[in-house]
Amino acid sequence: MSQILSMRELVPTIYEAVVKAPEIAKKAKAGEFLVVMPDEKGERIPLTIADFDRDEGTITIVFMTIGTSTYKLADMKAGDSYYAFVGPLGHSSEIENYGTVIMVAGGVGTAPIYPIARALKEAGNKVISIQGSRSKELLFWEDRLASVSDEHIIMTDDGTAGRKGLVTEPLKEILEREEVAQVYAIGPVPMMKFSSLTSKPFGVKTIVSLNSIMIDATGMCGGCRVNIGNETKFTCVDGPEFDGHLVDWNLLMSRQKIYTHEEKCSFDLYLENKGVKL
Amino acid sequence: MNEKKPRRKDRVPMPEQDPKVRATNFKEVPLGYTPEMAMEEAERCVQCKVPSCVCGCPVNVHIPAFIKLVAEGKFAEAAREIKKTNALPAICGRVCPQEVQCEEQCVFNKMGRPIAIGRLERFVADYERNNDLIEYPAQVEKNGKKVAIVGAGPSGLTAAGDLEQYGYEVTIFEAFHKPGGVLMYGIPEFRLPKDIVEKEVDYLVHMGVELKLNEIVGKTVTIDELLGERGYDAVFIGVGAGLPKFLGIPGENFGGVYSANEYLTRSNLMKAYLFPEYDTPIVKGKNVCVVGGGNVAMDAARTALRLGGNVSIVYRRAREQMPARQEEIHHAEEEGVKLCLLTNPVEILGNEDNMVNGLKCVKMELGEPDESGRSRPVVIPDSEHVIVADLFINSIGAGANPLLTLSTPGLELNKWGYIEADEWGKTSKDKVWAGGDIVTGMATVIEAMGAGKNAAMDIHEKLMGIMKPTDTSPEALPDDMECQLPPKRQDPTT
Ligand SMILES: Cc1cc2nc3c(=O)[nH]c(=O)nc-3n(C[C@H](O)[C@H](O)[C@H](O)COP(=O)(O)OP(=O)(O)OC[C@H]3O[C@@H](n4cnc5c(N)ncnc54)[C@H](O)[C@@H]3O)c2cc1C
Ligand SMILES: Cc1cc2nc3c(=O)[nH]c(=O)nc-3n(C[C@H](O)[C@H](O)[C@H](O)COP(=O)(O)OP(=O)(O)OC[C@H]3O[C@@H](n4cnc5c(N)ncnc54)[C@H](O)[C@@H]3O)c2cc1C
Ligand code: SF4
Ligand code: SF4
Ligand code: FES
Repeated sequence: MSQILSMRELVPTIYEAVVKAPEIAKKAKAGEFLVVMPDEKGERIPLTIADFDRDEGTITIVFMTIGTSTYKLADMKAGDSYYAFVGPLGHSSEIENYGTVIMVAGGVGTAPIYPIARALKEAGNKVISIQGSRSKELLFWEDRLASVSDEHIIMTDDGTAGRKGLVTEPLKEILEREEVAQVYAIGPVPMMKFSSLTSKPFGVKTIVSLNSIMIDATGMCGGCRVNIGNETKFTCVDGPEFDGHLVDWNLLMSRQKIYTHEEKCSFDLYLENKGVKL
Repeated sequence: MNEKKPRRKDRVPMPEQDPKVRATNFKEVPLGYTPEMAMEEAERCVQCKVPSCVCGCPVNVHIPAFIKLVAEGKFAEAAREIKKTNALPAICGRVCPQEVQCEEQCVFNKMGRPIAIGRLERFVADYERNNDLIEYPAQVEKNGKKVAIVGAGPSGLTAAGDLEQYGYEVTIFEAFHKPGGVLMYGIPEFRLPKDIVEKEVDYLVHMGVELKLNEIVGKTVTIDELLGERGYDAVFIGVGAGLPKFLGIPGENFGGVYSANEYLTRSNLMKAYLFPEYDTPIVKGKNVCVVGGGNVAMDAARTALRLGGNVSIVYRRAREQMPARQEEIHHAEEEGVKLCLLTNPVEILGNEDNMVNGLKCVKMELGEPDESGRSRPVVIPDSEHVIVADLFINSIGAGANPLLTLSTPGLELNKWGYIEADEWGKTSKDKVWAGGDIVTGMATVIEAMGAGKNAAMDIHEKLMGIMKPTDTSPEALPDDMECQLPPKRQDPTT
């Protein structure tokens, strides 16, 4: 049982929880994730380790409410405990001094990209961050990301903060402007896909963190399989980071939609149980 | 009162749910004996002087002794007699392949009517549990040593229980949020109700075994850390064979294509069959194809049937060669599962949304025998045909999951990735033992339990100098007798 120490809404629909989990905090590295179950009847869902504090023995998660499980997580308060909180899982990011790296974060992807950016910065890289969101009120952790970046660019769809436009625009400009060793892109699938397509002509390796549907997250079921360079891989044990230029994006997107109908049915029941009129 | 009914000849049948009814629910299929039925069946046992049945049981349950107690109506005592060598009788009575173990060796088997040892075992264990007659062993004095068990499947649970009784402080580390291993995530509710598994685990916890759930050894903590900073004196690894196998044909990543592991884990562990009361969804196919011919395939097929599908099992050999238990094939067919024998899938077809919508298959015929002595299936030319399917379950076996072994330096593996261990479970790594499916490949519950037991004895010998019994002859046999049977193993290949 892992207890929630603090819980807050960072921006509408995005929550941050700090959780007591000393054993996981001791091990956690940038790029790894957890499996969380809100309650006994809940699903096992993967969430990235957004931050960790080994001394305090805490793990921070940041999640966006989109369906039953994430709404259930948002309903929980400081003092409550998750039914299951398991990790750290997956391979951690390979941290080296590559030279110049670009970190592209979309929406809630800012949270998982932050510890990677921090580790890369500590390893001596020049870190350029591009943080995108729909509008100003959905931006979070700008200060944190900026604090580990040599250059920090904000993009919004509606121009309410930073530049108006997509993250791929500054990505292309920087790639044209200077020598870049590696690109990291974490966020919604279309954003990762188009970031990869943008960097491809420049031949710059682009690492993405895939969010396929998981259950055990230990390589036992194969439910999280993805196609990387025409080879089947399990996201949970072979990833979650992969070479974005090799990912079969269409397959990933279609596999994310397998349960669309059931997810709606489950969410309707969740709302009904909360007494929300449909 | 003293008048005895003549001993009946045939086995007392066990009442079962009607196939039509049970095909629509997840309640247990066999309903179990009544006390009268159990006593009548027990009367059939002639209490052989040299009970060959005992040799057929991998843990040498004292079969005639417990059956005698059943015949006398001393059911709880009978359960305790079994528990001297088998801590999980309610489970083994249900899932042991008795027809190739204890019952195969019963003297009456030659006449085709062996004593229903499994049914009796199940009956007494249920009787003891349902009437709150379970007795806990007295607290033993602690010897000051600590053992870590990795995995709460049958091998780990058995090792934990025995070591606890030897006086060790025992902690089980389990990756999932529920203990039981395959008993919990693999075998469906209608064959093994989960509350029975929970009760058996509660028993261990009550005895003093510590259970740490949601801890993945190799990730949350490593074996070297357990033996080092965590101060354990020995580790037993019983992590099972949890790696799905796929056919390697085109189309395997379409939605609606599952490994049996995923399908059964969703349904059993996550209770997707109760969706949306439970949050985990599962694809409910109208036309379901299960590929494979083992017990796992039967479990997947019968689950899909209960979720409302028309289910076919596609198997590339003939019926006689199916590795599944006859009883399970029979149950599946009774419920309406169809068998497509001598058929092999070559490609999975999908629609524009990348969801499976068919299966391209070829017909097979039996050719020359292969290394295993079974006729090898050969493709019949021009036999390609398409089977309509919106759910496809791969049930062609499992392999060794490398998650733990990769993080454990010094642990020798065989070429398939299973852990090398001697007959007592001792591995190449100091202070580390292993047993169950991660050593043998997928076998049976009772064999995994036997491995846990052996390892516990060996650990006790190495740590405390208490010698293992040198006499390998089962207690239930006369002193000068030994079992002559070759060790039995289910064929894991399909
Ligand atoms: C390695 C990894 C790390 C992730 N990190 C984060 C994170 O830090 N913050 C965050 O907000 N989200 C993260 N996600 C995504 C998160 O797991 C999903 O948003 C969540 O599972 C949705 O569940 P739901 O019940 O709320 O929504 P649902 O209504 O059930 O589903 C909405 C969509 O979420 C996805 N999804 C559903 N169930 C699962 C599942 N069991 N596993 C994975 N995806 C699922 C599907 O694409 C689905 O269409 C991560 C995913 C992965 C694989
Ligand atoms: C669907 C199905 C049906 C079957 N039916 C029968 C049957 O009817 N009769 C029969 O006798 N046998 C049957 N078997 C086989 C039998 O279940 C297995 O042989 C037996 O369960 C093996 O026991 P085990 O202890 O080795 O491992 P498992 O039962 O596999 O348990 C291993 C446990 O270890 C945990 N674990 C794995 N990795 C880690 C880690 N790194 N850290 C911590 N924990 C970990 C797992 O979560 C699991 O709980 C069946 C198997 C399946 C899959
Ligand atoms: S444990 Fe299994 S094999 Fe042994 S007597 Fe019981 S049912 Fe038979
Ligand atoms: S072999 Fe059969 S009849 Fe003889 S003791 Fe065993 S169960 Fe009874
Ligand atoms: S989630 Fe089961 S194998 Fe990856």
